[in-house]
Amino acid sequence: MSSERAAKADRIRHLLATEGDSVGENARGFNAGRYDSVERLEDYEAYKDRARAIKEEAIERLPDLIEQVRETVEENGGTVYVADDAADANRYVREVVRDNDAETVVKSKSMTTEEIELNEALEAAGSEVWETDLGEFVLQVADEAPSHIVAPAIHRSREDIARLFNEQFDLEEDLETAQELTEFAREYLGERIDEADVGITGANFVTADTGTMALVTSEGNARKSVAVPDTHVAVAGVEKIIPTFEDLQPFVELIGRSGTGQDITSYVSLFSPPVGTPTIDFDSDEPIADAGSEDREFHLVLLDNGRMEMREDDQLRETLYCIRCSACANSCANFQSVGGHAFGGETYSGGIATGWEAGVHGQDSAAEFNDLCTGCSRCVNQCPVKIDIPWINTVVRDRINRDAEDGQFDFLVEGLTPDEEPAGLDLQKRFFGNFATLAKLGSATAPVSNWLADLPPSRLLMERTLGIDRRRELPAFERETFVEWFRNRDVSRPVDAEYHAVVYPDLYTNHVRTDRGKAAVRTLEALGVAVEVPDVAPSGRAPLSQGMVATAEDHARDVAADLEPYLEAGYDVVVVEPSDLAMFQREYEKLLDADRYESLADRSYEVFEYVYGLLENGADPAPLGSAHSGADDATAGTGTETGAADIAYHSHCQQRTLELEPYTIDVLERLSYDVVTSDVECCGMAGSFGYKQEYYDLSMDVGDRLREQFEAPDAADRTVVASGTSCLEQLDSLLTRRPRHPISLVDPGRVD
Amino acid sequence: MATQLETFESNLGTVRTDVTRATPSTFEAAIADAIVEPAVGTSLPFEEVSLANTDVVCDPTSTQLREAACGVTAAAIGVADYGSVVLEATPDGAEFAGLFPDRHVVVLRKRDIVPDMAAAFERLGDRFRDGRDDAVIATGPSATADMGELVHGVHGPRETHAIILESEEQSERDGETRGENDVQ
Repeated sequence: MSSERAAKADRIRHLLATEGDSVGENARGFNAGRYDSVERLEDYEAYKDRARAIKEEAIERLPDLIEQVRETVEENGGTVYVADDAADANRYVREVVRDNDAETVVKSKSMTTEEIELNEALEAAGSEVWETDLGEFVLQVADEAPSHIVAPAIHRSREDIARLFNEQFDLEEDLETAQELTEFAREYLGERIDEADVGITGANFVTADTGTMALVTSEGNARKSVAVPDTHVAVAGVEKIIPTFEDLQPFVELIGRSGTGQDITSYVSLFSPPVGTPTIDFDSDEPIADAGSEDREFHLVLLDNGRMEMREDDQLRETLYCIRCSACANSCANFQSVGGHAFGGETYSGGIATGWEAGVHGQDSAAEFNDLCTGCSRCVNQCPVKIDIPWINTVVRDRINRDAEDGQFDFLVEGLTPDEEPAGLDLQKRFFGNFATLAKLGSATAPVSNWLADLPPSRLLMERTLGIDRRRELPAFERETFVEWFRNRDVSRPVDAEYHAVVYPDLYTNHVRTDRGKAAVRTLEALGVAVEVPDVAPSGRAPLSQGMVATAEDHARDVAADLEPYLEAGYDVVVVEPSDLAMFQREYEKLLDADRYESLADRSYEVFEYVYGLLENGADPAPLGSAHSGADDATAGTGTETGAADIAYHSHCQQRTLELEPYTIDVLERLSYDVVTSDVECCGMAGSFGYKQEYYDLSMDVGDRLREQFEAPDAADRTVVASGTSCLEQLDSLLTRRPRHPISLVDPGRVD
Repeated sequence: MATQLETFESNLGTVRTDVTRATPSTFEAAIADAIVEPAVGTSLPFEEVSLANTDVVCDPTSTQLREAACGVTAAAIGVADYGSVVLEATPDGAEFAGLFPDRHVVVLRKRDIVPDMAAAFERLGDRFRDGRDDAVIATGPSATADMGELVHGVHGPRETHAIILESEEQSERDGETRGENDVQ
């Protein structure tokens, strides 16, 4: 087990060193472009809703639409073949190529043909196959798999490519600049296109009513691959079909923006093949127009390869809505560090790849990289068809767990961590998934537990058996839990309070960071809220992160039952830990009955969101801690450094997905703090992820971007605050300044 | 408020496409300015103008196409919000003339400019159902970033130029007032 972990860590380190920089620079460029570009698009959210509705309808009606495409394409004069799997599709294309005596085949970039390994199949049958997309061409020359679904050679720098071309081709002079490399590739591939007898493309979309294929490109190679050879073969997954021509419009507006951050790509080709462009013969002296287009031949190969089964699968179905734009990959902090060669299965890479690989290549292919999704949810709002990608990852993780060999760790697990998971579940996952048990034990035996946990032999044992990296500082459990503190204290409750709220004692606030819970209680009370801190079950976030869905579901039901009387009595639920709030508002929809989910989701608030609401409704902020009281503290010699009124704030990923970041900033600014915020995607910790031995280096590499931002001149002297537990832990190990939760600044009983 | 034509022109600029306004009487001069020889082209489906009296070789052979430095073709629609033009495939090979040469000159009537993609797709839907069913929404020159930085002119043109054709009256009115005739 640990050797497997070490091998994984080695591979990640290797990719961080060799491909990370190039991937990161490119993916972040696409990402920044996307933020700018969607900002300029009026009604972005409405476009996403429409895009999703079209896809939902299309997948629902798919069998009918396939028949409709067959009719319309045949009416246009083409042929349609529905291929069951890779072998079937490859056989069909091979026959078309053979029937055309095609020695040379040119291809425009298509992930679907990568999925079925069409090039290999054609080459085995004696054809010469050339990728005409420049990125794909680089990979073909290098004999590599794509690292990214839109920009396949994203991991290679210009210098790399120049070296490769200079080695592989017999050139009079070495190539150096991007211009020279492009010119060489254009010339070289131009000749291949001219001599080709068959052109192969994918299709971004196929419209059922007109039999039109949309090809989204920038180079022009797809157009040439369709227009120059007499025979055109398009290979597309069945899920690419949409009902009508007009349905293309939202996708045309969304796809470039979502992918590379361009408002639109240079060419959106809309072909209803066989195309009407005359066939071209470069040896003829007749006008091109005289040739006519009668000799054109078109074959549409619609690929099933597991897709119709995905359609029947309630959890994987959403994957079929994917338009392969790569926004999930580009927005993923881990992807930005290692790229698709770590974050990919046999073909697909990035966030949505787990769904694709599980569907078309099977779970084993998905298992290889599934853990690289930390569930941070940053991709959720970036997806133009609103696919809940982290949820798909969680479900597949759960299925992988359940397929694990039974009994491997029975002796270690039995009795210690009762849950709803299969016995074969990876011990590391079971450990992190049962953090609740550990936390209870830890608090009950603190400080001994903390001392014990930190001893070198313990760390070594934890690393060996659980894969917890020795370099990570462990959370220190408080002897008195947050719930106990609340129960034991002697504060009279307001008699006729207008607002009643439960402060949810999440696992960390209850056992580790009790201070932020206490600060939240004092803050709300100072604003006139009647507060309760009952003993409520853990949210289920920890098991869910490990793909332990059944255990998470159990927790969700317990939480709902524990909070039900309070909700019925008119209490709101205030949550300090953003990942737990995200559980209530996002994942519980999948785990609870609609009624229970809605009543909890509607009434739960992030602590600053709640404070903001109180202030908006007229609560007096005077008792709260402000930038000025901070300065007082400093003069009183409490150790507050100068500049305490200047804040560097890192909002939690899931908090940003829920669009709650502005509330914290607003409240802090009302209290005269000067706030700058981080804009990197993630801190790199994301719960248990950064503790794991195999991911420690990746976690720190992601964190390094946040460190750089907070060590830049405009933030270097600021007080660092962060909302999430894992963010705080990561910032603590990244910076020399000790980070704190923002509620501690607002706390009326503030002690610095 | 910019007029639709101005929005279109400014977005063409953003996507690295030069623009010339012309009327039927100034069209031939505009073509002469915009092309680089040798130039090939395909017949324009507009009544007001033709390439007959220009230096553009219409109905080219494949050799002429290969040797051309410039291609001239018509656009069916202009999309103001994006600076995009809709290029239709024609039996005389507009797809080739707009794709092979290094420079592509697009001729577009002002009345064929629509404000946004939604309007463009409405028109395209009708055209596709009428049988004119191969088109490319082209926005600026061909481009790639696959070689480490942005390079223009990959498999398609490196330079693009749009000639927007107004009627003589429109052109005069545009000089005096703004806006009212821009949305047709």
